[in-house]
Amino acid sequence: MAAVTEEIPLAKALNAGLRAALAADEKVLLMGEDIGKLGGVFRVTEGLQEEFGTRRVIDTPLAESGIVGTAIGLAMRGYRPVCEIQFDGFIFPAFDQITTQLAKLTSRTAGAVQMPVVIRVPYGGHIGAVEHHQESPEAYFAHTAGLRVVSPSTPNDGYWMIQEAIASNDPVLFFEPKSRYWPKGPVDFSRSAAELHSTRVVRTGTDVTIVGHGAMVATLLAAAQVAAEEGVSIEVLDLRSLSPVDYAPILASVEKTGRLVVCQEATGFASVGSEIAATVAERAFYSLESPVLRVSGFDTPYPPSKIESFYLPDADRVLEAVDRALAY
Amino acid sequence: MADVSPTVQFLSIDGTFAPNEAAEEYLPFLDGLSDEDHRQFYRDMAITRRFDEECTNLQRQGQMGLWPPSHGQEAAQVGSARASRPQDVIFPSYREHAVALVRGIDVVDIVKVMRGVSMGGWDPTDPANGNFRNYCLVIGSHALHATGYAMGVQFDGLVATGNVERDIAVMAYFGDGATSQGDVSEAFVFSASNQTPQVFFLQNNHWAISVPVTTQSRTPLYLRPRGFGIPTVQIDGNDVLASYATTRKHLDDARSGRGPALIEALTYRIGAHTTSDDPTRYQTPEQLAHWVARDPIIRFAAYLRGLGASDAFFDEVQQEADDVSADVRHRTLELGPPALSAIFENVYSEPHPVMAEQQAWLDAYEASLKEGA
Repeated sequence: MAAVTEEIPLAKALNAGLRAALAADEKVLLMGEDIGKLGGVFRVTEGLQEEFGTRRVIDTPLAESGIVGTAIGLAMRGYRPVCEIQFDGFIFPAFDQITTQLAKLTSRTAGAVQMPVVIRVPYGGHIGAVEHHQESPEAYFAHTAGLRVVSPSTPNDGYWMIQEAIASNDPVLFFEPKSRYWPKGPVDFSRSAAELHSTRVVRTGTDVTIVGHGAMVATLLAAAQVAAEEGVSIEVLDLRSLSPVDYAPILASVEKTGRLVVCQEATGFASVGSEIAATVAERAFYSLESPVLRVSGFDTPYPPSKIESFYLPDADRVLEAVDRALAY
Repeated sequence: MADVSPTVQFLSIDGTFAPNEAAEEYLPFLDGLSDEDHRQFYRDMAITRRFDEECTNLQRQGQMGLWPPSHGQEAAQVGSARASRPQDVIFPSYREHAVALVRGIDVVDIVKVMRGVSMGGWDPTDPANGNFRNYCLVIGSHALHATGYAMGVQFDGLVATGNVERDIAVMAYFGDGATSQGDVSEAFVFSASNQTPQVFFLQNNHWAISVPVTTQSRTPLYLRPRGFGIPTVQIDGNDVLASYATTRKHLDDARSGRGPALIEALTYRIGAHTTSDDPTRYQTPEQLAHWVARDPIIRFAAYLRGLGASDAFFDEVQQEADDVSADVRHRTLELGPPALSAIFENVYSEPHPVMAEQQAWLDAYEASLKEGA
């Protein structure tokens, strides 16, 4: 099939992906706060209620546990609900339903009950937001068996991954990097670039491997560009899937470069980055020329937004870690 | 106190049929109950009581990790369960053994959960299991599943079609403690907002483990959902006819598109919360005696005797209950542990690399231990 490519922002790509999923399967429902007439606070669901009706694009009462809990019941009835949690920091009222019910119903019923539920979560910082509107809580969910956790970094991945997540018969936590909602990028509407749970090499290099997900990927590419101008060749991997992690491309890259820096906006302690660092140390020990290094948000609450740029890893902090890795 | 309704009761404590004023509007819902139906109610209650005692014994003998007794709550459960139609869908808490029995669950499947050989026990999608969903141990969380399911029933157009064989109502069982959970309030909100076809069946057994219902609420529990826009009724939960008639009406209403309702059944947990509990630490002998005198099975037996049931009937039911419990005991002792593959199977519906890898590791590790032996 010939490529049908258009330059659109991630928010519009997600909107197009949701539209395609709603059109393809009448069991797909969207549920969330302000997703109808308003189109969601980030306008990701703009126009969908008008097109598919209030029965399929549902403005729910303002209660996150209620949204996920009723989505579970709808899934038991054969529906495929896609829940929007308005902001990252507001997912916690639903934490019990997600971790004790949604994640466990398939194993509790020995496979008799499937939970094809997607939970969309705008996450991460860089947008000058107030408290609870800039967090990166993905590790809580990656820690829970029974859930799948993914995060697209580009409009193309947004368009395809949301449809693949909806098609999955397992629950998927779908983390959308909100600072990337607006920059445009090419979307090829003819075919998906990669399977949902695959990690991709987005820039090849030979000296150091850096891996990240979501909004971090743009920072990593910027860092790699600066490094190239200084004669350092960095290979950049977009994690895309946080649970399960697709280790083969990461290990292959580390075997080539001998050095790995794992980057994330989330706090570093007990994080997805910690897990990757530990696993690469276990599996690629003899390929490593330096310790695996991590660049993360600090192990603190997210700070006031006027100083968030000092909290969030930027290209300079990534390159500082690259320099340390190369110094071994 | 014009807004405080009296408690619906048909059978007085001594088993006399004496509907009170609150029961009058529910009288038509007893129409059509045959002698055999009445006897079935008794049979369900007596078998559950005997099964429940056997399970407590099995736990005491080390054959189960835990048992949550249903002793004392049989009338609330049997009446409401018998009022449901086959196509209705039931979301239990974890003490609804009589409801399970009525809906056709093999009660040994409940034992499997408490013995630690299965997480959920039964397949809720198997038609043999009467649309009885799995027990849910996080208090109140299943109330939202019931409401979501009922929303799905609405979306499927299976409400108010006028076809009583086809329209579906959903019923969620929970206790007085659960009413303090946020999820139960959120279920009321979503249910009222969507006018879902469902009945919330609240068994107020007066205790959340050791904490009395007065700690959960300073207002009678049946009044609370009215603030959410959900009609409610309080009933004598140890009167199986009150449970049957009120549930029948409100399930009928739900199926007919008249929205949700809540029934608060006043009952009492005669036994412990679970076999790990010691009710003598918090319950007075006087409280216990008060409720033992209101035993739902003794009351209904007296009613049946008044209708002409003979000793032979009661002997026959006792024999049947003994047979069920002997069968449960026999089959419980036969239940071995699940295969180790159960750890990894069905965590996900679709292939997952970590499950495959860790299962292969455990298999190899176990095999290596056997080689070394």
